[in-house]
Amino acid sequence: MESVGDLERDLEGMREYYSQGKTKEASWRKSQLKGLLTLLKEKEEDIFKALKQDLGKHHVEAFRDEIGTLTKSLNNALGSLKEWMSGRKAILPKIAVLSTAEIVPEPLGLVLIFSSWNYPFGLSLEPLIGAIAAGNTVVLKLSELAPACASLLANTIPNFVDNKAVKVFQGGPTVAEQLLQQKWDKIFFTGSARTGRLVLSAAAKHLTPVTLELGGKCPAVVDSLSSSFDRKAAVKRIVVGKYGACAGQACIAIDYILAERKNISTLVEMMKVIIKEMFGGNPIESHSIARIINKQHFLRLKNLLEDPNVKASIVYGGSLDEDHLFIEPTILVDPPLEAAIMTEEIFGPLLPIISLEKIEDSIQFLNSRPKPLAIYCFTKNKSLERRMISETSSGGVVFNDAIIQYAADSLPFGGVGESGVGRYHGKFSFDTFSHEKAITRRSFLTDFWFRYPPWNAHKWQLLECAYNSDYLGLLLVILGLKKPRRGSYQPAYSH
Amino acid sequence: MLFVRVLNIVAARIMAIEGEKNVYEVEIEASSLVKEIRESYATGKTRSYEWRMSQLQRLVQMLEHHEQEIAEAIVADLSKPMFEALAYEVAMLKNSCSLAVKKLKQWMVPEKVKTSITTFPSSAEIVPEPLGVVLVISPWNYPFLLSLDPVIGAIAAGNAVVLKPSEVSPATSSLLAKLVGEYMDNSLIRVVEGGVAETTALLEQKWDKICYTGNGRVGRIVMAAAAKHLTPVLLELGGKSPVVVDSGINLQVATRRIIAGKWGCNNGQTCVAPDYILTTKDFAPKLVDALKHELEHFFGENPLDSKDLSRIVNSNHFARLTKLLDEDRVSGTIVHGGKSEKSTLKISPTILLDAPRDSLIMNEEIFGPLLPILTVEKVEDSFDIINSGTKPLAAYLFTSNKKLKEQFVMTVSAGGVVINDTVLHLSVAGLPFGGVQESGMGAYHGKFSFDAFSHKKAVLYRSFAGDAPVRYPPYTKGKLRLMKALIGGSILSAIFALFGLSKD
Repeated sequence: MESVGDLERDLEGMREYYSQGKTKEASWRKSQLKGLLTLLKEKEEDIFKALKQDLGKHHVEAFRDEIGTLTKSLNNALGSLKEWMSGRKAILPKIAVLSTAEIVPEPLGLVLIFSSWNYPFGLSLEPLIGAIAAGNTVVLKLSELAPACASLLANTIPNFVDNKAVKVFQGGPTVAEQLLQQKWDKIFFTGSARTGRLVLSAAAKHLTPVTLELGGKCPAVVDSLSSSFDRKAAVKRIVVGKYGACAGQACIAIDYILAERKNISTLVEMMKVIIKEMFGGNPIESHSIARIINKQHFLRLKNLLEDPNVKASIVYGGSLDEDHLFIEPTILVDPPLEAAIMTEEIFGPLLPIISLEKIEDSIQFLNSRPKPLAIYCFTKNKSLERRMISETSSGGVVFNDAIIQYAADSLPFGGVGESGVGRYHGKFSFDTFSHEKAITRRSFLTDFWFRYPPWNAHKWQLLECAYNSDYLGLLLVILGLKKPRRGSYQPAYSH
Repeated sequence: MLFVRVLNIVAARIMAIEGEKNVYEVEIEASSLVKEIRESYATGKTRSYEWRMSQLQRLVQMLEHHEQEIAEAIVADLSKPMFEALAYEVAMLKNSCSLAVKKLKQWMVPEKVKTSITTFPSSAEIVPEPLGVVLVISPWNYPFLLSLDPVIGAIAAGNAVVLKPSEVSPATSSLLAKLVGEYMDNSLIRVVEGGVAETTALLEQKWDKICYTGNGRVGRIVMAAAAKHLTPVLLELGGKSPVVVDSGINLQVATRRIIAGKWGCNNGQTCVAPDYILTTKDFAPKLVDALKHELEHFFGENPLDSKDLSRIVNSNHFARLTKLLDEDRVSGTIVHGGKSEKSTLKISPTILLDAPRDSLIMNEEIFGPLLPILTVEKVEDSFDIINSGTKPLAAYLFTSNKKLKEQFVMTVSAGGVVINDTVLHLSVAGLPFGGVQESGMGAYHGKFSFDAFSHKKAVLYRSFAGDAPVRYPPYTKGKLRLMKALIGGSILSAIFALFGLSKD
């Protein structure tokens, strides 16, 4: 790692490069985005290898959740960049003749992106796309917990994008702290709420705006579904939305399920069948489920199951392979609500199911807990749908599926409360790294004399009419045909 | 621990100085206030259109029935000309409120968004919802406007609000407390009066959003307090808003607009007031003459006697401003004005020409009736000077040169930019009002107020039918091929992949 002096010199150089205006050009931005597309195409095999090494991720999962979504985002950004950069006109009141107003996006300047280890390519490049599209210079800090991926990115990015404008840093908390001491025009952070607070505190010193993509316990509320086709589809999506999403190590993975007591045994039986269908009798051999990232997290998850009441609630799975950092898909029914597994974000392949008397009780259950990044609701009941939207709060809500909102460019992706601040994806990525500058242009030709002191009742009358867009009144006052409103503006009160 | 706290409260009661509160009392009050309001919020009352409309309409009534009282309080606090109090605070608030009343239904409607093949079949919308319980901290210079304007946005978005007005404008602060108490739903909307102790205690609590208008120093304190609870903030700060004046313009109109924006707005004590001027060496004498001439029209020969100029808010700020003028190499650069009257806290419109670049007046936000003019060789040189400082809340340019206008807009970064006028962009509801970098974060006014106090929730509706088996393990080569084809967006290659006809 560089010394602080070297870091400051580097950043100075980046600011200097930014001030030359290159990154503001649409052609520069397009060529960088194309460079990233090329990187993904040419390095695809290496990316698969690195993800396999760090997380044991299957290459189809890697494509589906990282390379595929990044490719889509890059194509979307390239196609929409012109539109995003063009700004929009603002409406002025009619009295503002010969004036125009518009809102024009401009880059913030030098931005810092903190990536995470669970989707090391997705969570690095997705924000990078937004930052570059918006015309910024970028420092990207990769997570040291996924070292093969970090090393690959650190070595390849400089060959595919303008390395005077984009710099990549590897390393751990010390590097992160050093970076946080510097002054940035924006910080984008993906990670835990605990670290999120530290980032926000550091940003406060420089009044740096921040986007925090955190997490939370994303619940899946599973209602009674009368059609067996629907039930099967729901269970498949739930199983993949937990165990197929980096073995549950995803901010939007289903954390736990809420279901009516009478449906739980059917639900569990169906899940067992689907798990076997998807991952075979011995899941570790399918190589289709990711590993736990490291020993520390493995022990953390093992610990969640240590509580005897929690252990007793396991109805499927539960076996842990410390040597291979592998935990098989595990289902629990009604572990105690005060246990850590129900109070902390699980971030692993353990799926508690909590039973309720009526499914509507889920609303109160959710409202008494911190706001999650996503609420998943499997139902055909329109009234429950409406109540879920209007009576709960979360980053987003998905009906009858999970995880898939990540791939929707038109929807903002971000949390609220404990699950985060700000949002991105699609145009929201561009906006999050932009300042929307308000521009008003006036003509010298239209000047209203009643704007200027010395003040008197007559000018006040005129101004009032102008404010109320009362053009007729304005005319009448000018012609001396309108009496002043009673009680308004008495010059005797000014001293 | 509890015992110690109780002991402290008892001790404080015994030793209480009339009207002053002990730190513990203030903390306990703040936390029980927030607890109470959260309980009311949890009933869901604020989410209805009816409740929000009722509160906004009550605000409109309050402004109409008490217009005179409000203006008088502002005048008492600031010696602001009655006209300014009515025009720039009451009238603007009324406008803001009636806009919210008119548009609320529209603003509350979820926005439908298109979905793509990646989530097919599906439909999606973005649903605005309130953040919860918000804190608004307002300043003394537009004590009514900057208190209630954010509150309008917060209420429209369905939040509960606690408003902490500035103690530096005590008449408006206590009038606000009285009127909000009378007119608004007190279970959800409250005013807390007080100073540093009360503000600190409020900042310790957990809010769902904090809106602060004021200076950068306190802005940092607010953001640091918010960081502990991951609370998002809207910071409306300030900076040195520059005015670049080119030659070849309608000098009379330009000068009037500069004067109106500087001295006609609370005598320079405005976050977007023109702070200093940049013009060419050649043009400066003409500009100074024009300013002197128009200043006399506006405020008469003896501006200290004019009824149309606000006074300086208090003796602290008076001392701060006179100190800026007294600095060694600065006082000699005064070309107009420079008169002050400590007993009435008045300072006359003052113009300086080429005060040294490293003097205080050229580096701190002036926030007063002093206008330094800095001269440059070519007018374009001014852009670099502006960009070498921190980004201001507003930047102004007076020119008839089209190319210069475009260059200014492209290269100068500020919260907002106005060509050929000053300050009035604040009254355009369609424009976001906010800063960037040192001048602030976030924006409000019009719909931007509603958005600032909302969470835009992404909602995706999926059908159970139309499931792409590609999503599910077991993962096969065929599935990867199909996925690639779909991502690539090409229907043809998707079909080929389905039939196992692709090249891979």
